Amino acid sequence: MANQDLKELADREYKYGFKSDIETDQVPRGLSEDTVRLISKKKEEPAFMLEWRLKAFKHWLGMTEPTWSSVHYPKIDYQNVIYYSAPKAKKKLNSLDEVDPEIRATFDKLGIPLEEQKMLSNVAVDAVFDSVSVATTFRKTLAEAGVIFCSFSDAVKEHPELIEKYLGSVVPYTDNFFATLNSAVFSDGSFCYIPKGVKCPMELSTYFRINAKDTGQFERTLIVADEGAQVSYLEGCTAPMRDENQLHAAVVELVAHDDASIKYSTIQNWYPGDKNGKGGIYNFVTQRGKCAGKRSKISWTQVETGSAITWKYPSCILLGDESVGEFYSVALANHYQQADTGTKMIHIGKNTKSTIISKGISAGHGQNAYRGQVRIAKSAQGARNYSQCDSLLLGDKCGAHTFPYIEVGNTSATLEHEASTSKIGEDQLFYLRQRGLSAEDAVGMIVNGFCKQVFNELPLEFAVEAHKLMNISLEGSVG
Amino acid sequence: MLKITNLHAKVGEKAILKGLSLSVKAGEVHAIMGPNGSGKSTLSYILAGRPGYTVTEGTAEYEGKDLLAMEPEIRAREGVFLAFQYPVEIPGVSNKYFLKAAYNAMRKHRGEPEMDAGAFLKFVKEKAKSVEMDPAFLNRSVNEGFSGGEKKRNEVLQLAVLEPKLALLDETDSGLDIDALKVVAGGVNKMRDPKRAFVVVTHYQRLLDYIVPDFVHVLSGGRIIKSGGKELALELEKKGYGWIEDKVAA
Repeated sequence: MANQDLKELADREYKYGFKSDIETDQVPRGLSEDTVRLISKKKEEPAFMLEWRLKAFKHWLGMTEPTWSSVHYPKIDYQNVIYYSAPKAKKKLNSLDEVDPEIRATFDKLGIPLEEQKMLSNVAVDAVFDSVSVATTFRKTLAEAGVIFCSFSDAVKEHPELIEKYLGSVVPYTDNFFATLNSAVFSDGSFCYIPKGVKCPMELSTYFRINAKDTGQFERTLIVADEGAQVSYLEGCTAPMRDENQLHAAVVELVAHDDASIKYSTIQNWYPGDKNGKGGIYNFVTQRGKCAGKRSKISWTQVETGSAITWKYPSCILLGDESVGEFYSVALANHYQQADTGTKMIHIGKNTKSTIISKGISAGHGQNAYRGQVRIAKSAQGARNYSQCDSLLLGDKCGAHTFPYIEVGNTSATLEHEASTSKIGEDQLFYLRQRGLSAEDAVGMIVNGFCKQVFNELPLEFAVEAHKLMNISLEGSVG
Repeated sequence: MLKITNLHAKVGEKAILKGLSLSVKAGEVHAIMGPNGSGKSTLSYILAGRPGYTVTEGTAEYEGKDLLAMEPEIRAREGVFLAFQYPVEIPGVSNKYFLKAAYNAMRKHRGEPEMDAGAFLKFVKEKAKSVEMDPAFLNRSVNEGFSGGEKKRNEVLQLAVLEPKLALLDETDSGLDIDALKVVAGGVNKMRDPKRAFVVVTHYQRLLDYIVPDFVHVLSGGRIIKSGGKELALELEKKGYGWIEDKVAA
């Protein structure tokens, strides 16, 4: 491919990089016990929440930032972050029509209209803007089925007993540096409860948008599927282009009771930084599901194309007998992006089963690491795991790394692990170009083919999006 | 249609073509024969624009345009098709998706509207039938797990779908048993047309029993050292390449 074309492609801009001019209500920069109290107060939280936050904050003070992953970044100054930033609410919203027009325009521009009639008819959206949820659609329709789907803040007020019961039940506030920080300062997120025997009538999704400068986004998602319940949930993320790095430290907890199933999909497209590695989101996320009940199932699918740094290991604790955990992942590191991602499958119940399919793509100077743990506890008679980790390299300045950790405490377990690394072939590229495809389309086709196993797991509406996103994110990677 | 004049080319530092000239008109079938290492495959790669080959001298004109100045995908869209000796596997990409993308890239280039998925499926199934290919292959990944014969048949399917003006067949007979050879040759023969030209590169005369050429050229040492009608192929089959090379050397 000619150098000129390459340059043009590389210079093409991140599509979601615009900023919205919105008046915000922020807490002062920095983190102290007062910050935590202030956030809790702003959110008018019950006492149990404040106590939990303060316990987390005190614990966090004694923790050090982890250094075991393969990502490198300058030291984060936690006193220079704004921990809470919310669009100034004019008054309490009674309906979606009252959402600030500027915010609504922002989501329109992102392709997420908040008017129900304009949306995909079978997807309900919770829209989170900086630190707070600004709108949740289809709440009524869902309520008729008994499904609770609302912002975390609303859930704390309307369903405190559920929050008190499940908050921290999968990711305790002591879990790790970033999850603990989140526990102290998280400002909003989504909550979802599917009652016994109910199959959620539509796809649920949360769309996260960081807008304000120098703020961190610390959201928390909690999904509980009661006995026999089923739900499919998707999160999407974007942020404006800014030269400074911004911190995103989220926590997701899933609980599946007997015979329940939760499918959780992520399309992560935070601003990745520019082609020289300036700016971008630091994405330190803790996501974990507990298959608490017998025959329960939790399935993670992630497409990680954004962020300057991705540090994320969606995991399953397979506690219930015959429970099933799945992890399907595509992670792309282009330009100077770094991804260290994978999963943990902790087998505790009998005859538990897990599947891991990981596809890592490295381009430009990108560094991509798969880090995964499969642990078979003594009690996990008859456990099975299948892992497959494939890496694809585009160019010769990028890297792919694989760190599998396997611990087996029960001899009746069956584990299979396959791994491959390949370079996108000159002959594959030439073959497709000889059939009339541009170099860019050819790379897109090869990479999408490589990711197919994972894309097939996405809900239909989003599989197409993932394809397009992959093509956009690869721009400038052909050389 | 195609006019190659005094073409010199190298791969890395190694000179492969040393003054090759060839003229092909629409409707003609030219066979290029020659011993291993004579530059046959290099010629087809250069015409298709494979990276890594450098033209040091000479020209190649295609429909009055400078072929060598075009990017490979532009050559393809302008109607130059190369049937590969070793077709490449593209895991995870279905054959029909790939064919549709290629077909629509051509249409777009010609300023025609793209064909939608339903219409294309019908179209491609007809084409598959015409090259005696099981339509199940349309749903499989491009060439992945195909046998040698199936890969070659897939090349002929692409030829039939894309309907190029100039088709270069690079050792299309290699690795084929006689039945597969007949099917592949039959597919090519169906495509013969007064508006279309073929350049068939082959080591053996065998293929030319089925795809009967109008002209046969012997390539040796990077140049065409002898040209003739289809009977030249038979002579080569009998006597080998040595006698011409000796004659030229003398």
